[in-house]
Amino acid sequence: MTNPAFNVLWLQSGGCGGCSMSLLCADTTDFHGHLRDAGIHLLWHPSLSLESGHELIGLLEQIVSGQVRLDALCIEGSLLRGPHGSGRFHVLAGTGIPMIHWVRQLAAQARHVVAVGSCAAWGGVTAGGSNPTDACGLQYEDDRPGGLLGSEFRSASGLPVINIAGCPTHPGWVIDSLMALASETLGDADLDTLGRPRFYADQLVHHGCTRNEYYEYKASAEKPSDLGCMMEHRGCKGTQVHADCNTRLWNGEGSCTRGGYACIACTEPGFQEPGHPFHETPKFAGIPIGLPTDMPKAWFVALASLSKSATPRRVKLNAVADHLVVAPLARKTRLK
Amino acid sequence: MTRLLVGPFNRVEGDLEVTLDIDDGRVTSARVNAPMYRGFEQILQGKNPHDALVYVPRICGICSVSQSVACARALASLGGIQPPPNGQHVTNVMLATENLADHLTHFYLFFMPDFTRPVYARQPWHAEALRRFAPQTGEQTRSAIAARQRWFTLLGTLAGKWPHTQSIEAGGSTRPVEAAERIRLLAKVREFRSFLERELFAAPLELITGLDSEQALWDWHAQDPWRGDFRLFLSMVQSAGLASLGPGPGRYLSYGAYPQPGGGFEFGSGVWLASTGSLMPLDVSGIREDATHAWLSDVAGPRHPVEGITLPDIDKPDAYTWNKAPRLAGQVIETGAIARQLAAAHPLELDAVRRHGGTVYTRVLARVLELARVVPMMENWLRQLQPNAPYCVPSPAFTEGVGVGLSEAARGSLGHWVVASRGRIANYQIVAPTTWNFSPRDKAGTPGALEQALEGALVQPGEATPVSVQHIVRSFDPCMVCTVH
Ligand code: SF4
Ligand code: SF4
Repeated sequence: MTNPAFNVLWLQSGGCGGCSMSLLCADTTDFHGHLRDAGIHLLWHPSLSLESGHELIGLLEQIVSGQVRLDALCIEGSLLRGPHGSGRFHVLAGTGIPMIHWVRQLAAQARHVVAVGSCAAWGGVTAGGSNPTDACGLQYEDDRPGGLLGSEFRSASGLPVINIAGCPTHPGWVIDSLMALASETLGDADLDTLGRPRFYADQLVHHGCTRNEYYEYKASAEKPSDLGCMMEHRGCKGTQVHADCNTRLWNGEGSCTRGGYACIACTEPGFQEPGHPFHETPKFAGIPIGLPTDMPKAWFVALASLSKSATPRRVKLNAVADHLVVAPLARKTRLK
Repeated sequence: MTRLLVGPFNRVEGDLEVTLDIDDGRVTSARVNAPMYRGFEQILQGKNPHDALVYVPRICGICSVSQSVACARALASLGGIQPPPNGQHVTNVMLATENLADHLTHFYLFFMPDFTRPVYARQPWHAEALRRFAPQTGEQTRSAIAARQRWFTLLGTLAGKWPHTQSIEAGGSTRPVEAAERIRLLAKVREFRSFLERELFAAPLELITGLDSEQALWDWHAQDPWRGDFRLFLSMVQSAGLASLGPGPGRYLSYGAYPQPGGGFEFGSGVWLASTGSLMPLDVSGIREDATHAWLSDVAGPRHPVEGITLPDIDKPDAYTWNKAPRLAGQVIETGAIARQLAAAHPLELDAVRRHGGTVYTRVLARVLELARVVPMMENWLRQLQPNAPYCVPSPAFTEGVGVGLSEAARGSLGHWVVASRGRIANYQIVAPTTWNFSPRDKAGTPGALEQALEGALVQPGEATPVSVQHIVRSFDPCMVCTVH
């Protein structure tokens, strides 16, 4: 007998739908076949299911009453608690009931609860500015545990909310997480201290960045479209941000830094309010405030001035151009 | 009279609820509710204007590039800068990639699955519809998702990632394209072209764009009525009565799509009027947003977006949605591919709308037509890139003034209005395509475009979510998260 399918319900609240749209860009020639082969059954997904209106409401009621088994509740978008805790900023259409009430009831039945994207994980961009809707994540509010379900919440599996953070989140992060859950190979030790799957959160964006040679010599981009490293002037946080964006690329071959703009730390709590313009590096006495995660400041300063004095002309000139102006030398002798 | 509450509608971005009054098996009146509010216009207050380029794509994950482009244009107009030709072409390629992906997704994932419903079990094409378009198992649905995934690799190269790129700047694009890359990008466009020519049209794109009248369209259809997914759709148009379903207000707005370095657009701008069958010039100073029936403050009445206010007022009597009611010169407007193709005077779309009006059929026709028309344009823009010329000019500090950014998203006209003061955003207002199409009643009680289109829709006995209502709602390809930003 084969195992019963792993039932996934996917709902959207205060987000942009981008994580769903990103999901459909998963690297496979047969999206549905890929999920099915992993034993994953989509009970309902907003973009992919025929059922709407009363058909969906009937399904939700069956899950809440325990008639239909729910293995993973995936929530995309932040949870809108306002105004005044009423949740009326998002009422699930056709039901008259605020979404946060549905989510609480469904989470109580779910074997796993998954926050898809930084909105559902921390509140995300919806919680930016004055946070007009009192948006939060499922189990966090920025980096403070709590959120809609509370810091003590554990789903039926015993795990906290699994935070597949990212804005949007990478389709590979979602599919790999769901496959690991379906095959019961994702446990407490596979999550980092913020509940993110470690298979992608144990990496830094800086790893594999094509601008690493510029970084080494502190040869820095000055304006948009320059080729140099974007840490010194253009707000790149890649040396501090947990994600494998430069090794597991986006949409075939992209990443923020390959696209010519800074990593803005979209997998990190609170990224939506950095306290400085996104594409400017905050500095103190000319030195970036946000230094690589594990590097003492004095070393950084010493290394930076040393490497700047040794920057090859090629690297220096290309860093501030939008295309290669000096190519690497082609030598006639054999390489040694 | 009976009242029916229908929702949520899925396969759209975000959710939507419609209240229908029904008499004698027909909808007599409809109220459209977008039941969510996020407050981007409030979130943007006080930010550095350039940071809007990080926030606004997050309004919508389905048309994030469109939001970026409208924002970049608003900032460019605020700062008085102009992207270089490469920047314009490459931005057009990015926007077109997203717009065409939306059309493809709409057709295969959002619109066609409704024809697999049991109400159509007696139709001769039902088994074929199931085979092709059943969600999750349909052959064409699955190959369309694969084609879409490949298509978006264009944005992997050009935009770093999709959705939510930051490569689109006021001054152009941060991602220069090298000569060899351009060849690879052209190859990817050709790959998508061949999907369309094989599966959707079963014909060359040029044959489709060359259809110049309904007669020509239906003659081509009659040659092999089920061959290719578009012709199967046309067969359904006939038997499901889609040509008269969901009539729009007869006024169609386009801001103009794909501006060119020498000036002008690939698809021109204007307001096309069904009453005269002609195109009127665009005057955006006549836009007012009326919040009478929205849970939003309406102090001092309808306002132009430059003076717009977006502030929740949740206990307002008579309000029933988070959407405002935009009006142009006081009138209800429809926007979308249909408006663009009317403004661009495509003979087939003109002929079809003159005969049938704006309906489920002519809306879908316009979108499909754009798939055929825009792909060759993209090939052309890519060929015009100059590898060693600049892609971006630096932005000035955006300190004081007013900026307007108008663009065409897949779903229609998208406008951003920004007011800067002392280097901060003093006001930012967004009027999205779905804001127009899914507008509630205004102060005078005039229903919005979809509300009007739903009047008269057939409700069959026992239907809780009438299939005619599904078709009409989806023919507008709503994007509720844009609406409720
Ligand atoms: S651009 Fe960012 S990620 Fe790339 S090398 Fe520089 S600091 Fe690292
Ligand atoms: S590079 Fe940074 S901002 Fe970009 S997707 Fe990765 S984590 Fe997010």
